[in-house]
Amino acid sequence: MSFFAQRSDTTEFRKRFRWVALVMVIGFFAILGRLFQLQILEGAENHALAIENVVRKVTLATTRGRIVDKNGKVLADSRASYNVYVVPKKIDMAVTWPKLASYLGLQQEERVRLEEKLNKIRDDKDDPRQTQQILLKEDISWESVVMVTEQQGELPGVSVVSVQVRFYPYGPAGAHVLGYMAEVSGENLPKLRSAGYLEGDRLGAAGTERAWESYLRGTRGWEKVLVDARGRKRNDPGGIIEDEDRRVDPIPGRDLRLTIDADLQVAIEKAFKGELAGGVAVLEVKTGRILGLYSRPSFDSAALSGANGKAALRDAFRKLATDPLKPAVDKTVSGSYPPGSTFKPFTALAALEKGLIDPRTTSQCRGFIKFGRKIYGCTHVHGATSLHKAIAQSCNVYFWGLVTEQQVGMDVIADLGQRFGFGQKTGLGINAEASGRMPTRAWMTYRNKGRYLQGFALNAAIGQGATTVSVLQLALAYGALANGGTLFQPQLVRAVETSNGTVVQEFSPRLRRQISLDPDNLRLVQKALYGGVNEEGGTANRARIEGVDMAGKTGTAQVGHKLVRGLEAEKVWYFNRDHAWFAGYAPSGAPEIAVVVLVEHGGAGGKHAAPIAFRVVAAWTELTAARTGQKPKEDASPRSSAGKRGDRSRQRTP
Amino acid sequence: MMRQSDGLASRFDWPLFIAAVSIALLGVVNLYSATSVYGAGAVSERYITQIYWLLGSGIVGALICAFDYRHMERYAYLVYAVAVFSLVLVFVLGRDVRGAVRWIPIGSFQFQPSEFTKLCLVIALAKFLHDDPKNEGRTLKDLVIPALLTAVPAFLILRQPDLGTAMIHVFIFLTIAAVTKISLKSIILFVTTSAVGAYVAYHFVLLDYQRARVEVFLNPEADILGKGWHAHHARVAIGNGQFLGNGYLKGMQNQFLFLPDQSTDFPFPVWAEEWGFVGSTVMIGLYLFLCLWAIRIASQARDRFGAVLCVGATAMIFWHAVINISMTCGLMPVVGVTMPLFSYGGSSVSNTMLAVALLMSVSMRRNMVRPSAAELRY
Repeated sequence: MSFFAQRSDTTEFRKRFRWVALVMVIGFFAILGRLFQLQILEGAENHALAIENVVRKVTLATTRGRIVDKNGKVLADSRASYNVYVVPKKIDMAVTWPKLASYLGLQQEERVRLEEKLNKIRDDKDDPRQTQQILLKEDISWESVVMVTEQQGELPGVSVVSVQVRFYPYGPAGAHVLGYMAEVSGENLPKLRSAGYLEGDRLGAAGTERAWESYLRGTRGWEKVLVDARGRKRNDPGGIIEDEDRRVDPIPGRDLRLTIDADLQVAIEKAFKGELAGGVAVLEVKTGRILGLYSRPSFDSAALSGANGKAALRDAFRKLATDPLKPAVDKTVSGSYPPGSTFKPFTALAALEKGLIDPRTTSQCRGFIKFGRKIYGCTHVHGATSLHKAIAQSCNVYFWGLVTEQQVGMDVIADLGQRFGFGQKTGLGINAEASGRMPTRAWMTYRNKGRYLQGFALNAAIGQGATTVSVLQLALAYGALANGGTLFQPQLVRAVETSNGTVVQEFSPRLRRQISLDPDNLRLVQKALYGGVNEEGGTANRARIEGVDMAGKTGTAQVGHKLVRGLEAEKVWYFNRDHAWFAGYAPSGAPEIAVVVLVEHGGAGGKHAAPIAFRVVAAWTELTAARTGQKPKEDASPRSSAGKRGDRSRQRTP
Repeated sequence: MMRQSDGLASRFDWPLFIAAVSIALLGVVNLYSATSVYGAGAVSERYITQIYWLLGSGIVGALICAFDYRHMERYAYLVYAVAVFSLVLVFVLGRDVRGAVRWIPIGSFQFQPSEFTKLCLVIALAKFLHDDPKNEGRTLKDLVIPALLTAVPAFLILRQPDLGTAMIHVFIFLTIAAVTKISLKSIILFVTTSAVGAYVAYHFVLLDYQRARVEVFLNPEADILGKGWHAHHARVAIGNGQFLGNGYLKGMQNQFLFLPDQSTDFPFPVWAEEWGFVGSTVMIGLYLFLCLWAIRIASQARDRFGAVLCVGATAMIFWHAVINISMTCGLMPVVGVTMPLFSYGGSSVSNTMLAVALLMSVSMRRNMVRPSAAELRY
């Protein structure tokens, strides 16, 4: 008897059972074949798919490095900012809203405004924002964060999201040095994506933040987490994610230690109060390290970086773009100006080095010279003028005489100027640096359509005409005058450190060139610079502060507009006024720092720039003394600086 | 009568019983894993409900075994009529669940008449063929009435809409027709008309979501997040089992909720993921054995009624199993067809248990002396 029996009364079904059985066997074996395919042949593939289903790679945010000053004071740091989001449709305006408003401490006016905004969205059925999270309030207080998160259960549709924002404890004092951050723009994103930037990221947009972006930024980490089909996080039951492939910690950005002295920076800002625009550079003459770099008007780095919300960001940018004083421009680095009389020491040095003049001889200043058909005027009648007096009291006639009588030509001046770094970028590395201009005879001829005029050299001798410098260039050049002829590359970043303070990379001062000079000639110039500040009749003498030991030179640079003689400086239209300069170093005997002050359209250098320089040096002296625990050194040659000279406001170099 | 009862007990069909009970118990074990992912709550206690249903329908099944199946012959059309009526009732009292009206609420229970109409159809068809013995080949004309008997409930179920169950009705009919002796000419005619019919049905009868499922089946990777979600993740889960499986309660796709309906329509991927190819083979083997054994019972049935009854019941179990597993592993489009005895669901489980009970009833009486007409009528 076979497996399937056949009975007489079911003869119709004879043999059919076998066929049915065969169909069943085939059916099940077909399935078995498919299972073999899925589980054995494609098993590994499907296993990988299953893991892909549940494993999600979550990026871990990194923290941007801090920027600290030379003493470790924080100049830029990141903090968490908390923003409140609401889903308009989910929020109950009768119950949830009053609670939320009180937790956030909304003022009546703001509350009404936000309520109207929410209601408007809620009432408009087609508004897609109804079911989206919309930003209600940015950067709420910590108390509000605690209240809202603790009462989360009572506040359906409300969420608090934390974002990292940049803040700058010293505010506008060092804004141009530090720069600010900006959100990655849509057009740049494709390029930056390969460098790991994501939508909504911020990156340095100016200053150190921009130039050192790659150091400050840090590297994102990631972690693999298990998420079920409903998007909930789950624990690993074991073995789904391999341990060595589970997590890569984020690497925090490097901290930068700048050469800047934050306290000095604050002092500079204070010293500059009362003037509208300009810049100050203070640097160590023995290293080229920048202690203070200040540009006015400044801007609010934090607001521009979005730390105070979108509205503040918009306002800050509008201000940056529309202010006629151009706060976006770093006036110490990006602006170039005619140096005026602050250039005279270099003209003198050029003549001395060439051996064209004898410093002991004097020439007569009658208050003007005649050259061709033109009359060139001096500030006043200096009488018999030596080189020393010409620098200290800023006599133009003496320097013109060098050109007209002593063969100190354009190229003699340009050659020395270039050796001091004029006309070349300093290599600071932040912000758009202006190279300035140190014109040669060839260049002037070219620019004047092939005709060279000796008047060009007259202008060049007193730092006018085509010659332009930046504040930083001038400071470095004066540094070289002070230290015996060593021109440094300016240094802003002292060291790169990890977040716990370990130094990763330290930068030593970088020499640009050693200018070979006759020490005797240099000493003559240095003496004259001392005289300009400390001797009676010196152009900066009236601004002198008792106890501040400094040498330097004032400058009053024309901006290219003919001024009506005798007109009160304050009555001239602002943008036609002269630039006020002071360039010097301190202490005069054993120089440590070089100081350059530029007051844009400030008028006379002795009246407007020199006082600022004195206040800055005074602050530096005090800070240094406080740090080394010594009393500020008494002035080596105390001299009365009371107003011996009458008409200061007319003291201009043409 | 005493002699007969003793005989009944001794003729208990152990292989059938063991195969059915094994599947049911493994089903409970699997159900526990499938629902454990939902934590404490009603869903995770489904396995207990399932045990109650198995016990309850087991007792009813035992009662059915105790009675001679031939008593049913007289009431066959009545049973059928009640079943069709209950299908009509679904449209009146039914509750809409996810766009389909399949259930009649009775107290806290939900009763799904379409589960039972399959068995009622089997009984009606058995009755018809029992009364219509033929030795020469049947023509299509001879199958018109059985076809109509099938078409009425199938059509009503299709309107619920429930394509899977309607299809099972048709397949049961076709299987039963297959064991009858049909002439070659009729078969050819039938195949051509049904091919045309299938085309027409696909374009004019099927609802959008049903068509979508077919399309997903034909192009499985096109819409993984949407319509192809079930099919895709079921396949991944099965494949993820590999040779030995992830281990009990450790099925990843299941644990991470990538298998919707894992207790009702998709219990097999849960099983296959946790027990691998080995476990899947065991499961397929159990079903194959059950079906072959049931066909053997049919072949040994004492009369035509019993034989057709067994073929119908077997067809029901076979098609359920094959369609369900095929749809989970991507051999067929997803249609809501349960895995007999293995899936969670009172109606499904008790219906399958009744089918097994009918098989048992026929099996236990296969060698009995043919009773006299008087004996049958009491």
